[in-house]
This record gives sequence, C-alpha cells and structure tokens, in this order.
Amino acid sequence: MLNTILNSSTGTALVLLVLLAAGKAVHAQGPGRPSGPPPTAEAAAPIDLTGYWESVVTEDWRMRMVTPRPGDYQNIPLRPAGLQVMDAWDPAKDTAAGLQCKSFGAPIIMNVPEHLHITWQDGQTLKLQTDAGEQTRLFHFVPSTAAAHGPRTWQGYSQAAWQIPRRGRGGESKTAWGELKVTTSDLQAGYLRKNGVPYSEQAQMLEYYDLVRLQEGNGQWVMMVDTEIVTDPVYLTRTLLTTAQFQKQPSGTGWEPSACSAMW
Amino acid sequence: MITFATALVLTSVALPVRAQGVIQGEGGAVAGPPQPAGLSGSWVSPLTEAALERNAGPIIGDWTGMPINEAARARAQSYAPGSLAEPENVCHFYTQWHFADTVYPLGIVAVTGGPTNEVLAWKILPKEDIPPMTIWMDGNGPPPPSKIADHHRGAYTVGHWEGNMLVAYTRDMKAGMARRNGAFVSDEATMTSFFILHGSSRMTAVYTLQDPLYLTQPYVYSRAYERVVGGPNSFGYPPCIPTFNGVSEGQVIVHLPGQNKDLDYMMRHFHIPEYASRGGADTMYPAFRDKLKADYLKLYHTFSKKCTFLCSPGGSDGE
Repeated sequence: MLNTILNSSTGTALVLLVLLAAGKAVHAQGPGRPSGPPPTAEAAAPIDLTGYWESVVTEDWRMRMVTPRPGDYQNIPLRPAGLQVMDAWDPAKDTAAGLQCKSFGAPIIMNVPEHLHITWQDGQTLKLQTDAGEQTRLFHFVPSTAAAHGPRTWQGYSQAAWQIPRRGRGGESKTAWGELKVTTSDLQAGYLRKNGVPYSEQAQMLEYYDLVRLQEGNGQWVMMVDTEIVTDPVYLTRTLLTTAQFQKQPSGTGWEPSACSAMW
Repeated sequence: MITFATALVLTSVALPVRAQGVIQGEGGAVAGPPQPAGLSGSWVSPLTEAALERNAGPIIGDWTGMPINEAARARAQSYAPGSLAEPENVCHFYTQWHFADTVYPLGIVAVTGGPTNEVLAWKILPKEDIPPMTIWMDGNGPPPPSKIADHHRGAYTVGHWEGNMLVAYTRDMKAGMARRNGAFVSDEATMTSFFILHGSSRMTAVYTLQDPLYLTQPYVYSRAYERVVGGPNSFGYPPCIPTFNGVSEGQVIVHLPGQNKDLDYMMRHFHIPEYASRGGADTMYPAFRDKLKADYLKLYHTFSKKCTFLCSPGGSDGE
C-alpha cells in the first residue's frame, strides 16, 4: 500500500506536504518559547559574561597604560571647544573639587587597565564592577522611562538587550550565539582620556559585548570584546569607535580596588 | 487534487522564510543569521583607534603590549628600516596580519558556486599591497601541514559561522612583521580572526596571532568597522612583489647587538622607560602599571604643557 502511494505523483505530493507541515510545527514551537511569562534576562542569556576579567592592552598603550602627555588627543576627533577644555586640564584642581572620577566615567572606564567583576544583581540587572576607580555599572534589561533614570552620574543609565539570532541554516551556524547590546545616557560630563580630553553630559554610548574563544596549548583563551561607539555633539566631530579586550580569569586573584585618581 | 508540482511550489515558498531567521533586540527584528549580503561590502575602521600604528606607523623601538620573547626582541632591536629596501624584505609588511593594522577599508565579497549557488568562500580585499584573504567555507579544512611546502603571502584560511560571527583560521603564512617596527612573526605563526556583525551597518573584527617561535601568548587586536554605503568592495590592488630597490647584493642593513641608538626613542619622546618599550607579555596587563607609576609620575611635571609631536587625531603629524 505504502509503495503504491509513493509510486504515484499524488502520493509523493502528499508525503511532501506532510513533511512540510511537520517541519512547520517544529519550527513554530522553537527552542526557548514555552508558554507562561518570558524568562528573565539572566535565564535568557545566550552567553555568560559573569566572572572576573582582566584588561589586555595591546594597542594605544601609551594612551591607556600611562597618563598621556598634556595636549595629546591622538585618535580623538575633538571640536575646537573640546581642545579648549583639554588645554585647561588641571588634575590638582579636579582633586580639590572632588572630581577625581572624571576619567573613570562610562565612556572611558572600559579602556582603563583594570579587572572587572560581572555578576547578576537580580534577574533583570547585570552588574559590572571595576577595581580601577571602584566603579559600578548597572545594565538594566527592563525598559524604563527617562524620568526613572535618576540624576546624571559617572556611569549614567544603561539599557541592555540581548541580541540573539535563531539557530542558523545548516552549515552556517552550529553554535549558540548572541551578544549584549548596551546603550548608556544620563552621563555626568567627564574625560575621554586621562589628560583632560572631555566629553559632555550630552554624550551617549552604544556598546556590544561579544565573546571569542581561542585554543592556546591545551587550554582555551576566552576573551570578551567590548565595542564602544560614543557620540557627543558638544565636543566630538564624529562618533568615537574604540574596542577593549578582556581575558577571562579563573578567580578574583589580581582584583585590587583602587580609588579614583585624577593623575593616574 | 494537489499535484506534485503544486507541492513543490509550496515547499519552495516556505523554505526561504525559514532560512532567514531574525535577531531579537532593540529597534525590532533585523535580518539574520548573516546572508552573503550581510558581510559583503566595504568596511572602514575610522582612525579613532590605533591611529598612529595604522597610519604613519608605530614609534621606533615601541614594542609595548606585545607578548614577544627574547628571540623576537633581539631581532626587533637589530631591525633597521632601510632593510626594507633589500629585495627579500620588500614585502615584510604585507602578511595576512596586516589586515589588522591597515588604515584602508576592507572590501568583502562572497565567492559563490555549486549547484545551489552557496558561498564557497569569502574574500577580504584590502586597498593595499596585502594579498586577499580567501576564507574557504566548503568544510574541507586545510591541507595537511608540511615542513617543505612553500608558503605564499595569501596563506591558507578556512572559516565557519558561529551565529553572526565568521571565524577564520589562517595557516601557512609567510614570515613578516607583526608590528611595523621590526617585531617579526615566523612562518609557523597562525592567525584566528573573528568578524562579528552587529546588525547591518557595524562590525567588529578580532584578530589573534599565535607564534611558537616569537610570541609567548596570543597577540590580539580588535577593530570596530562601519559599513561604507555604496563603497567599493573590490579594489583591484596587486599584492606586493619583491623588487630591486637599490641595495646591492651582499649588503645587509642591520643594527648589530648593542648598537641600535634608537632604543630609547620612547623615553626621549614619550617618557616611557625602556623596560616598558621593550615589550613582553607582562606589559599587556594592568599590574604593569604598578611598576611604571613611580618612574613615570616622577617626570610628569617636566613634560611640556604644549604637545608638539604626534598629538593630533590622525596620527600623522610630523616631528
């Protein structure tokens, strides 16, 4: 009987339709789409960013590892108004005014050589702490209104979202993948560079956090790469694109909190 | 009655819808996982990162942040820029690693073929003398390693997708420069590159270099790119060809050990002590700042208040 059906064109068509319908049914269910409330951001995380991380500084070393020379704004597309602020940089004055953290705000903090400790504060908030300058960034996955963002701070208000592609086509994507997208606003004005290159409180930042893995000897290097896109209509002529690399650490060894310093 | 032909039409309509998929996130759904059109195009990394390194070239004697070993350091310290005029050295800048520190855009094209017109390879074309990187996607893997096979400047690269990230592994490279001031990599070096798409207009590339002869750890660069709308993705530049540049046969341009007078260049111009500029894996990590702090800050008040050398955004202002 089955042979008879398969040997007829109508039968073959029916079989194709049955297979297609079955495929659609499987596709419609999809992984991770059970009924009920949506999972928390923590439960839905496609990649695990938690743990301890250490900066890997291989580029722009003399801009990052030491306080650059006064007036050095290489890489930064500054407007004339920004040059004026930079030329007036006075770390002693900042210290006296209690503004030592101006060079530890969100637009620069990921480029400061440091250790990070990333944890879930709750199911919808990822917390990123730095040992350099003892800063805390909170990435909020639940949308909120501008009124709820509170006063401007060095780290501002960060809205986060996972970017999760579906499993790719055969041969194109065999591994679960995703990245974290973060937009930050409500910043207190500070410095893009230790030597007083400024950003204004109108600055905003878009970031993507990605993980890459590299086989090294018998082990694996896990690296987190933060791509930062800073806009500032007051002091920048164009968007500032930078990246920062972090190596995963097995523990908190090396975590050395240090207070903000205007000079180092 | 539904005929066989009707069923095929229905099937063909349904399949592309399944193949596209979506990325969930802010701003609604965008196309993905990446189709050939997502990666292909012209990509530029503005000079807001590593401008000097990529434009005019690195400072003489600056190997900060490089995990080089003693052999690499000895070779780097003997390097004299004039040696690039020797025919066998003319192309030393233009290894596949130079994709990581070029100032020029990348043009990326898909090479398609086969009965279903699938992507057989991705080609990355620079606007400079680097041979294209051909990333083979056919799943065949590289040929078996050989101690005697000739390496060519295009090397051999295979790739695969992980979500929106194209992972490319490069082998059989020619020896050349990892930093254009004499820091070499050997022909045993391998390179793993990650091209990460963020939607349709942004991309991050992470380039990693591993070399059992000259590096103690992986050397990593990362770079943010923007799509150039309407920009070319094919530049038609010929790869570097070794040529005669006026150095007579038998002449070797090199600094003998202990005779390179430029090794304190970083100290003279940027107050970076030689124990830092000589590089090594420890210079990559935050703890190295503790070593530097006292020496560097002791001199900081003596620095000129007006920056006059390599200070502006593009990294090309002269001395």
